[in-house]
Amino acid sequence: MKRFTEDHEWLALDGDVATVGITSFAAEQLGDLVFVELPKVGAALKKAEAAAVVESVKAASDVYAPVDGEVTEVNDAVVADPTVISADPEGAGWLYRLRLADPAAFESLMDEAAYAALAK
Amino acid sequence: MSASPAIGGTSAAADLPVSSSEPDGALRRTPLHALHQRLGARMTPFAGYEMPLQYPAGVLKEHLHARAAAGLFDVSHMGQIALSPRPGSTIDDVARALEAAIPTDALGLKIGRQRYGLLTADDGGILDDLMVARFDDRFVLVVNAANRAADAARLRATLPDTVEIEAPPRALLALQGPAAEAALGRLAPGVAAMRFMDVAELDLLGARCLVSRSGYTGEDGFEISTPEDRAEEIAEALLADEAVRPVGLGARDSLRLEAGLCLHGADIGPDVDPAEAGLVWSIPPVRRAGGAREGGFPGAEQVLRAIGQGPARLRVGLRPEGRQPVRTGAALFADEAGGEPIGVVTSGGFGPSVGAPVAMAYAPPDRAPPGARLFAEVRGQRVPVIIVPLPFVPARFKRG
Repeated sequence: MKRFTEDHEWLALDGDVATVGITSFAAEQLGDLVFVELPKVGAALKKAEAAAVVESVKAASDVYAPVDGEVTEVNDAVVADPTVISADPEGAGWLYRLRLADPAAFESLMDEAAYAALAK
Repeated sequence: MSASPAIGGTSAAADLPVSSSEPDGALRRTPLHALHQRLGARMTPFAGYEMPLQYPAGVLKEHLHARAAAGLFDVSHMGQIALSPRPGSTIDDVARALEAAIPTDALGLKIGRQRYGLLTADDGGILDDLMVARFDDRFVLVVNAANRAADAARLRATLPDTVEIEAPPRALLALQGPAAEAALGRLAPGVAAMRFMDVAELDLLGARCLVSRSGYTGEDGFEISTPEDRAEEIAEALLADEAVRPVGLGARDSLRLEAGLCLHGADIGPDVDPAEAGLVWSIPPVRRAGGAREGGFPGAEQVLRAIGQGPARLRVGLRPEGRQPVRTGAALFADEAGGEPIGVVTSGGFGPSVGAPVAMAYAPPDRAPPGARLFAEVRGQRVPVIIVPLPFVPARFKRG
């Protein structure tokens, strides 16, 4: 079950580790991506702080940490080829994995229906 | 992600406003607005107009298509200003008047030719960059959208009463790329005989149009001024050629950056003089020190002195060593750590045809010769960049 943020990120939870990426809506809005910067494994992220950057031809956009947590893994494949994000933003184009400081924070995020109402 | 994901985050300072939802008062629409909507454009406010930022193909593909075949751009937001002699005066009177506003050779400009020029401020800064075209009975200027009202006001204040200044509503299309000549030639076979910077009045689908062989991409191509009520029909006739696809402002910006062309308001402006901008070539020798009509334009003393002395900072090209784009506003440093900034990036992004990030910046010429390795600060990190000659892609104008 995925959760979503107002800043157009998605999270999928497995135990206390969430996989984080940008939504299909965001990927569509951004267009072809040419550069991605991901956090370092082990980094402690605070909710609403910049965690990653995705860049198109024209602009750089921050990807904010959706909740507090520690980065456990990053997707090197999207750094090597940022078009993977555009092609499959909610699958192979995931960005990083985060061990949640408070697993209950996940449940406080939007569900798919609430996000769908926002992103249209 | 920022709330509107297309808006840049930390370092974007995007050259174009990229939000389509920002309230911006009453935006003007070009005569091609309905066509943009039919083509599925994503619109953006730009210089008071609602303009196509991109079409469904996206910036990257639009950019590459313009270099591979032909791109059609709506640039109707740009200002078109006609200068003609009032009764009792001549076209040469207009030329002389224009030379008092712009350091160009209007008297020597042949009928059917166009030049790039600068509207200089009283202190030698660049109020605008523009095209000056000469027709048999008038000069026509094409000026930047954001400056069109200020430019017209300055010309009205500067030029004598003998010059009639008109800015009639016209649409402006740009058709750019190696397939442009064939595509436009289907509507007007005469364009094949035009060379780079030629201008002509031609009938397209029975509408009187002003066509110049020029553009803002580094490619061969044309700019086509049409009556407003015929613009859509002409645009659709061009798009009927399968080599021609619509291109938005996003790719227009990446194309001009790769071509090393300045964006007024970013790379040049009132705080930059022509020598710093590397635009001395746009001032013909006849208007420079020792020329037959030396000076005599706003800021002449400062501009001619700057040319003579050589600039303390110069517009240069940058190639970041890695994949990370270096964008507008990034500070340049001589060293990987410490020290004061020695320059600043004025345009930067990813160059789709180069296949790597590219940027333009100002830096002291002695610190930034071609081949020099400097560092640009991006999100607190110093990224190595190499100074390179402009343009990033070779121009492919039809000069022959």
